[in-house]
Amino acid sequence: HLPHSTHTLGTRSVSVDLNNDASLLIDIPDALCERDKVKFTVHTKTTLSAFQKPEFSVPRQHEDFIWLHDTLVETEDYAGLIIPPAPPKPDFESPREKMHKLGEGEATMTKEEYNKMKQELEAEYLAVFKKTVQVHEIFLQRLSSHAILSKDRNFQIFLEYDQDLSVRRKNAKEMFGGFFKNMVKTADEVIISGIKEVDDFFEQEKTFLLDYYSKIKDSTAKAEKMTRSHKNVADDYIHISATLNTLSADDSTFYLRLYKVEGRVASDQELKLTELLRYYMRDIQAAKDLLYRRARALADYEHSNKALDKARLKSKDVPQAEEHQQQCLQKFDKLSESGKRELTSFKGRRVVAFRKNLIEMAELEIKHAKNNVTLLQGCIDLLKSN
Amino acid sequence: INPQKSSDLPVSSSSTSLPMFRNKTFSVRRRFSDFLGLYEKMSVKSSLHGCVIPPPPEKSVMGMTKVKVGKDDPSSAEFLERRRAALERYLQRVVCHPLLLQDPDVREFLEKEELPRAVNTQALSGAGFLKMINKASDAVNKMTIKMNESDTWFEDKLQEVESEEQQLRKLHAVVDSLVNHRKELCGNTAVFAKSMAMLGNSEDNTALSRALSQLAEVEDKMEQLHQEQAASDFFIFAELLADYIRLLGAVRGCFDQRMRAWQRWQEAQSTLQKKREAEAKLLWANKPDKLQQAKEEITEWEAKVTQYERDFDRIGVTVRKEVLRFEEEKAKDFKGQIVKYLESMLQSQQRLIKFWEAFLPEAKAIA
Repeated sequence: HLPHSTHTLGTRSVSVDLNNDASLLIDIPDALCERDKVKFTVHTKTTLSAFQKPEFSVPRQHEDFIWLHDTLVETEDYAGLIIPPAPPKPDFESPREKMHKLGEGEATMTKEEYNKMKQELEAEYLAVFKKTVQVHEIFLQRLSSHAILSKDRNFQIFLEYDQDLSVRRKNAKEMFGGFFKNMVKTADEVIISGIKEVDDFFEQEKTFLLDYYSKIKDSTAKAEKMTRSHKNVADDYIHISATLNTLSADDSTFYLRLYKVEGRVASDQELKLTELLRYYMRDIQAAKDLLYRRARALADYEHSNKALDKARLKSKDVPQAEEHQQQCLQKFDKLSESGKRELTSFKGRRVVAFRKNLIEMAELEIKHAKNNVTLLQGCIDLLKSN
Repeated sequence: INPQKSSDLPVSSSSTSLPMFRNKTFSVRRRFSDFLGLYEKMSVKSSLHGCVIPPPPEKSVMGMTKVKVGKDDPSSAEFLERRRAALERYLQRVVCHPLLLQDPDVREFLEKEELPRAVNTQALSGAGFLKMINKASDAVNKMTIKMNESDTWFEDKLQEVESEEQQLRKLHAVVDSLVNHRKELCGNTAVFAKSMAMLGNSEDNTALSRALSQLAEVEDKMEQLHQEQAASDFFIFAELLADYIRLLGAVRGCFDQRMRAWQRWQEAQSTLQKKREAEAKLLWANKPDKLQQAKEEITEWEAKVTQYERDFDRIGVTVRKEVLRFEEEKAKDFKGQIVKYLESMLQSQQRLIKFWEAFLPEAKAIA
């Protein structure tokens, strides 16, 4: 069982400029972990009349967030928008497995070593916990800062409804049947790359996004592996520190403190770079989804053109065919216009976020290294003077 | 010590200001088995009984570390360097010891052009030093007569040594794990750097693209740092621990030698007692020539008892002195190596700062 409350999580550099419009402020000030389930407290402060109260909190589970995301994806009106990616499921697998192993190995280590490892694992749990809260919070803040999505009725229900959402969730599934979502998932790459593009902007975006996605997916995986290795090194230092304490070596205090720094650097690197990459990988997928929907709309429009020609040839059902063609064109134009806007602002958003994150990461590396230098120099001087 | 191309013949170079050596600086060629041979010669000398004689390095590295590619491969640079450094430390410890420095075999080892090929090194080159010591220990413990010590110093000290050896083994295992994990980190960092470079190429914003490429270069440099740190972890820290695990084995060996000396004394006393009983019987039996022989034997064994008692006392004094000297050496050695290790980490961190400070303006230039 975990310590359950978590307050400000520090800088949120994954997505910037969120939550600064006072008309709708959302945060997750608190969260509880019970067995496998995480319960988030979603807190809203608003001046909008659409809501019943100016300030309120509701408990929500991860599944509720997924429900909200899916209903947004399946809403026709939002086909021209980049829907913020759904937050991933809270994953405590790694620290849980380690805790289990620790329990099994308890007999073979000293009390001190065990306690230290336990402490480190609890910190890891906390880091995973903080990460999942952060990612759920950002999802909501992306919605609240979007001109159109913030007005969504289901979003408002999510924020306000003070009963359990799970009943609504089940009904929604029956209504939508997950049709659109499945469609998007199956054919996207082929359809996007197959369509004959009329617009230069979209042609470039398509090429760029497809390539960038595969590269960023690769980088995310490699970054995760690297930070995992770093964590292993930090764990070794804990063991070393604990064992050194039982010997009569004078450097034990150094290792005692160094491991914390190594461990902290590893988890800070994790929070900064890997999270950034992971987030934008999912965001780019969302952008690709938009391209896909537009491509489908274009395909529909082309079909409707062919149908109209056929109808004219046969002189049968021409008005219906004309109307259908007009609808398809309108839909396509709407998606193109909205899509262009969304993709342009996405570009800017991405660059700003990368910049902020890279600067923070470099500054953190420098800060930690300088701390290490002071620590190490102090130990060396101490040892040399004795 | 400088190794030649054939790893069988490292060159041993010594430089000295001591008057007992003929030249100030000199070099000879020695095989690995010669080093083992030197140990063999020293370990059987009664004049050195009770002394902590530095044990030679293991022939193979199996048994102490997780086997990784390259470590046991005689042609690999890593293996060669490891062996070279180990042999160098071995000799340095030998000449640090005041008694061993005087030893003619040691001088011959350092000075003589050609040494006859060493024999009797099977036990050492096969199972290794520690297995040899442990086997001897077991034999001592199996002997039936137990010692009753009024002075618990020896018993207490031996226990201390044994427990410390266990702790060092544990520590060595973790440090070994550290070395491997750091090597993994190395590999993963290199792979990540390449991936970052690819991402940078894909990026359409010019300044961000440049920054990502720079990040890839920084990560490449980090890989280099990790590589060097892993070498430090190993050559400074892990090898120190491995050496002392063997050295503590040698210390245990001294205690065993003292036990054997005691047992020899006790057995002599027991034999003397039997001879006296035999003499008494002969007095009754009235066999004058046999009686004479018995009296001679008694004198002989009385002398032996006195000698062995003196040997035992002497070895006790030696062991006490040696253990204290060893502990001083160990404290100095550990401190020296730990300082070296910390200094290598310090340098690494300082370089890290430079790399990231160079990157920071690139990140800030993104627009």
